[in-house]
Amino acid sequence: MVGDNVDTDRIIPGKYTKTLDTSELASHLLEDYDPTLAGRLEPGDILAAGENFGCGSSREQAPIAIKAAGISCVVARSFARIFFRNAINVGLPVVEVPDLDVTDASQLRVDVRAGKVVDVTTGREFTGTRMPPVMSQILAAGGLQAYLRAGGDYTVKE
Amino acid sequence: MQLTASEKILSAKAGEVVRAGDIVVAEVDGAMGTDATAPFAIKAFEGMGGGAVWNRERFALVLDHATPAPNERVSGLHSLMREFALDQGVKLYEVGDGICHQLMVENGHAGPGEVFVGADSHTPTIGALGTFAVGVGSTDLAAVMRTGRIWLKVPRSIRVDLQGEFRPGTFPKDVILHLVGALGIAGATYEAVEFGGSAVRSLSLAGRMVLANMVAEMGAKAGLVDTEGLELPAALTGRSFAEHNADPGASYRRRLDLNISDLGPQVAAPDLPDNVQDVRQVAGTKVQMAFIGSCTNSRLEDLQAAATVLRGHKIAKGVRLIVTTASRQVFNDALADGTIQTLSEAGASFITSGCGPCVGTHQGVPGDDENVISTTNRNFRGRMGNPRSHIYLSSPAVVAASALTGEITDPAPFFQQSATASSAVRANS
Repeated sequence: MVGDNVDTDRIIPGKYTKTLDTSELASHLLEDYDPTLAGRLEPGDILAAGENFGCGSSREQAPIAIKAAGISCVVARSFARIFFRNAINVGLPVVEVPDLDVTDASQLRVDVRAGKVVDVTTGREFTGTRMPPVMSQILAAGGLQAYLRAGGDYTVKE
Repeated sequence: MQLTASEKILSAKAGEVVRAGDIVVAEVDGAMGTDATAPFAIKAFEGMGGGAVWNRERFALVLDHATPAPNERVSGLHSLMREFALDQGVKLYEVGDGICHQLMVENGHAGPGEVFVGADSHTPTIGALGTFAVGVGSTDLAAVMRTGRIWLKVPRSIRVDLQGEFRPGTFPKDVILHLVGALGIAGATYEAVEFGGSAVRSLSLAGRMVLANMVAEMGAKAGLVDTEGLELPAALTGRSFAEHNADPGASYRRRLDLNISDLGPQVAAPDLPDNVQDVRQVAGTKVQMAFIGSCTNSRLEDLQAAATVLRGHKIAKGVRLIVTTASRQVFNDALADGTIQTLSEAGASFITSGCGPCVGTHQGVPGDDENVISTTNRNFRGRMGNPRSHIYLSSPAVVAASALTGEITDPAPFFQQSATASSAVRANS
C-alpha cells in the first residue's frame, strides 16, 4: 500500500533506469519510498495505491520494474495517464478504483476484466473504472507487442 | 460544429468530427525517442517483428538524457541507438546537439495541426507550435515506429486565457508555475490544456514552449498554444499547415482567465511541482546549487534574463551555478551575443547541452541536505539524483538572483533597474 502522487522517480529512480535488465530494475523498486519493500514482496502480491499513481516521467521502466518484481496487479484510486498506458502495454494489469479503501493487511482479489476489487479480509467490494475496449484487448493479448504480433490494428473486436 | 484545438486536430486525422471522449486511431506526423526511452523501444520494436520504421524521414532519435555517457553501461545504450539509426537511415541527434523537444521544434520535425508522438513526458512542449504532441512510453513508441499510427482518446480540454502584461522580473515560467499550483499535480490528467488570449499573442516561441512544457506537471496529455501571433521556426518556412486553432464556441471542461499583470515571481517548493508559492514566501531560503537548464527554461531569452541579473557581478560564495543550453544552436546564439561570457564571468559553469542534472543521472547531483534552486520542471524527492536534497523550481531570473545572493531572492529589482535604464537609453537616442 502506497500513498498519493507516487511518481516514477520514486518507483524507479532515473539513475537506475539505464539498463535493459528487468530484474535489476526490480531490485530498486520503490527504493527511496520504502527500502525494505523489494525484499518483502512475494510473487503475486497486489500493489495498492492512492491518487495519481505513476505521475512524472514517461519511463516504462516503472511498470516493468513492478512486473519484474512479481507484482501481479496494481490497483489505485487514480493513475497518471502515461503510466496507465505503459502498464497495459507491458502487460501489467492495472485497475482504477476511485473509492478504494484498503490497508497493508488487506487480502485482495481482483477481477481485472470486470474491474472489481474485493477485500477478502473485510468483505468489502469496490468497483473500478472501465478501461476503453482497445486497452482491454491489448491487456488480454499480454501487452502491445503481442497484440500487434497477433495482427491487432486497434479496431475493437467483439 | 465548434471544436477545441485538440478536437479539431484529431477530427482532421480521423476524417470525421470527433469529440472529447471518442477513441481515434491517428496517423502520426512525427515521432522521436531519447536515450532514456529508445533502447527499450528498439527492443520492443524488434519484439513486434522489426523491419523498417514506418517513415524514416519522420522519425528521430536523440541522445540527451545522459550525455556524454557517464559510464560504460550508458555508452552501450548510446551505441545501440547509433547502430539502429544507421541501419534504419533515421536522423540521430548526437551528444551535445540539444534537448529532444527543442531539437524537434528547431529543426522542423513538427508543425501546427500535426500529431506528434514523443517517448518523453515533456513532449507536450511541442504544442507551442499548435501541434497535438503527446508523451508516451517505449512500447507505444515502438508501435508508432512499426505502424505509423497510435490510438488516442480525444481529451477534454481546459482553456486558459492570459491577459495583461508581464511585470518586470516575471516570466512565462511564473505563469505556468502559478497554474500548476492552482490546478494541482493531477488537475488536468487525461486532458489537454489550451492556451490563448492577448498575452499569448505577444509571446515568443520560447515563452510558448515554457507554458506547454509544464502541462505535464498537471498530468495533461497535451498542451496547445493558439498560434495567432506565432513566428514559426525558420525550418518550417514555406510549409503550409491545416487550420488547427480552437473555435470560439468550443466547449471546455473548465475555463480560466488570468491577468498576468497581477502575477509576481513564483517558486514551487519541495517536494511537489504544485507546491507553488510567491517568491517572497520562500525568500531567504539558503541555496547551495543553482541550475539553469532543461526543456523548460534554457533558451536564449532564459539565459539573457539570467545575464541581466548577473552582469558585472559574481555569484555568492558557497553557491555553484550550473548552466546548460536547450541546444547547440542556443549555445551558439548565446555565444554570439555575449550572454555566455557574461554568465561565465559571473561564475557559471557550463555543461553539455542536454537534460543534465534535471533527471538526476550526472553532471550535478546535489549533496545531502542541500537546497537547489532550479529552472526545471520537477522537484520530486530524488529527482536530481539525491533523495536527501531539496529542489525549488523557478524562472531563470529567480535562479540567477538566488545564485547572486546565496538565498532565494525576488529578481524584480534587477529588472526594474534594467527597464528604467533601457527607457533612459531610448529617451537619449
